[in-house]
Amino acid sequence: MYEGPIQDLIEEFGRLPGVGPKSAQRLAFHVLTMDAADAERLARALVAVKEKVRFCVRCFNVSEQDECRICRDARRDPSLLCVVEEPRDLMAIEKTGEFRGRYHVLGGAISPIDGVGPDQLRVAELFARLGEEDITEVVLATNPNSEGEATASYLARTLKAMEVAVSRIASGLPVGGDLEYADEVTLGRAFAGRRAL
Amino acid sequence: MHLDRLELVDFRSYARAELALGPGVRVLVGANAQGKTNLLEAIHYLSVGASHRVALDAPLVRAGREAAVIRAGARVDAGTRALSVELELRASGRNRARVNGQPQPRVGDAIGRIRSVLFAPEDLTLVRGDPSDRRRFLDDLLGQRRPAYLVARQEYERVLRQRNALLRQVRAGQRGDTLDEWTAALVRSGAALLAARIAVAHALSGPADAAYRELVASAPGGKASGGVRLTYELSTGRGVTAEPGFGVPDVGGLAAELQAGVAAVAPAERERGLTLVGPHRDDLILHVGELPAKGFASQGESWSLALALRLASREVLREVGEDPIVLLDDVFAELDDGRRARLADRCEEFEQVLVTAAVDADVPLEGPRHAVLGGAVTSEPVARESLSRGDDHTMPT
Ligand SMILES: [Zn+2]
Repeated sequence: MYEGPIQDLIEEFGRLPGVGPKSAQRLAFHVLTMDAADAERLARALVAVKEKVRFCVRCFNVSEQDECRICRDARRDPSLLCVVEEPRDLMAIEKTGEFRGRYHVLGGAISPIDGVGPDQLRVAELFARLGEEDITEVVLATNPNSEGEATASYLARTLKAMEVAVSRIASGLPVGGDLEYADEVTLGRAFAGRRAL
Repeated sequence: MHLDRLELVDFRSYARAELALGPGVRVLVGANAQGKTNLLEAIHYLSVGASHRVALDAPLVRAGREAAVIRAGARVDAGTRALSVELELRASGRNRARVNGQPQPRVGDAIGRIRSVLFAPEDLTLVRGDPSDRRRFLDDLLGQRRPAYLVARQEYERVLRQRNALLRQVRAGQRGDTLDEWTAALVRSGAALLAARIAVAHALSGPADAAYRELVASAPGGKASGGVRLTYELSTGRGVTAEPGFGVPDVGGLAAELQAGVAAVAPAERERGLTLVGPHRDDLILHVGELPAKGFASQGESWSLALALRLASREVLREVGEDPIVLLDDVFAELDDGRRARLADRCEEFEQVLVTAAVDADVPLEGPRHAVLGGAVTSEPVARESLSRGDDHTMPT
């Protein structure tokens, strides 16, 4: 156990996902050797992300304003809606340049182990949007793993009652993979080859 | 294939071990608890992605260390090409792997490149143990035969955990809105596993029967009490008798069978909060003659059957791809003279055989010897006479 602020910092780093005790210690001591200006910039970035970044009221993407950049963009096709798990999946799809519609971020995938069912995701908000907006096609782009597939099939089943075409992006994706890690070419191809459900 | 080099760092009792190997027979001699099984365990880990002795990786890492490293160098394509596999097992956190020096995105991509069949004293559990022992036998074999099987099994296990979690929530009075989705996932990934397992049972049946007859015929006073029959028994109650020459069964039919099976036990599943149908509840029933081996086979017959299954898995592996390395962990000591001699005969035809023994004289095979003592192994072979005299060996540090 170290004393005071350094121990506090080690413990804070240790609470981050994927950071073990040894890494937390390494990071904390790295911060100790940083220039004061660099350390301050890091601290400001941490505070700013909580103060300034919000979720888009329409699609739940991260945003600096009420509505995100994509929802405000009049050139995007409002009849096409792509459903993703997390904002980082949205970014991965944006990088392919293949999709010109808008998004809906669920905030995760169905996972009973983690106590996540449809009620814990932004599913009700999705249905509300289908009622209010002129959406004709929903593309399900949840991750190609067990949870993402279950989420996509659940949505496909419940969307059947609505007057909307539903498709799933083609799985040229690595099995058990996350969209975030799929390279842009693979993901772009998966988009072009989406299949109707 | 054969290994020409094995290197361990902080694996089990070894701070560092290096072994120069070659084709043919190598014998690792050392008293019990000196670490000779650990060497075969490391090689077999590269083949199946798990230890045959412990479920978790943590015990494989030397006490107080963060990671263990297994490095194997092999010759493949009839000795014309080099293959190297390196695996870093971390006490906590993700393992890492390299193949021919290239980091692999998934550790599973490195597993099964080094192929091996391990014979161990625990093998009697194939005959006398639980259904889970025999399912694991089939799964380890399939994982090496087709690395995609490992991915499929992980997927199935994940779906099973999710479905069980949901069933527990339903039992506790919560809504099970997505039970249909998890059932569909269970049926889809379960049927793929079933098709692969039944196909490999078919493939094993001929070689297992042949190997068993050979082993029994050479046992003292040996008389064949009939051949070996394998039956894959599904959780739905149906048994599929394995027949040589039978291919992969229809996946669609198996999926329909699973779907019907799940429907039949739906009330019981909700009551118990548990998935009651699927490949996680299957068994491989072994018959010798007309009698089930479990409960009826003698100690000798059980050993013959266990050896026959291992010999048959070698045949099944070499049907597609490289000849597996044969690992014999202290098995000669378990066998009577007849079985010992017959197994030794078979070893003559294998490309590489690595044998461990507590007593050198128990191994009826010629070949270079390495001495294993106090968590160290001689990297180059030692003179056989020194082993029988029980000399102290100078250990490299
Ligand atoms: Zn938005």
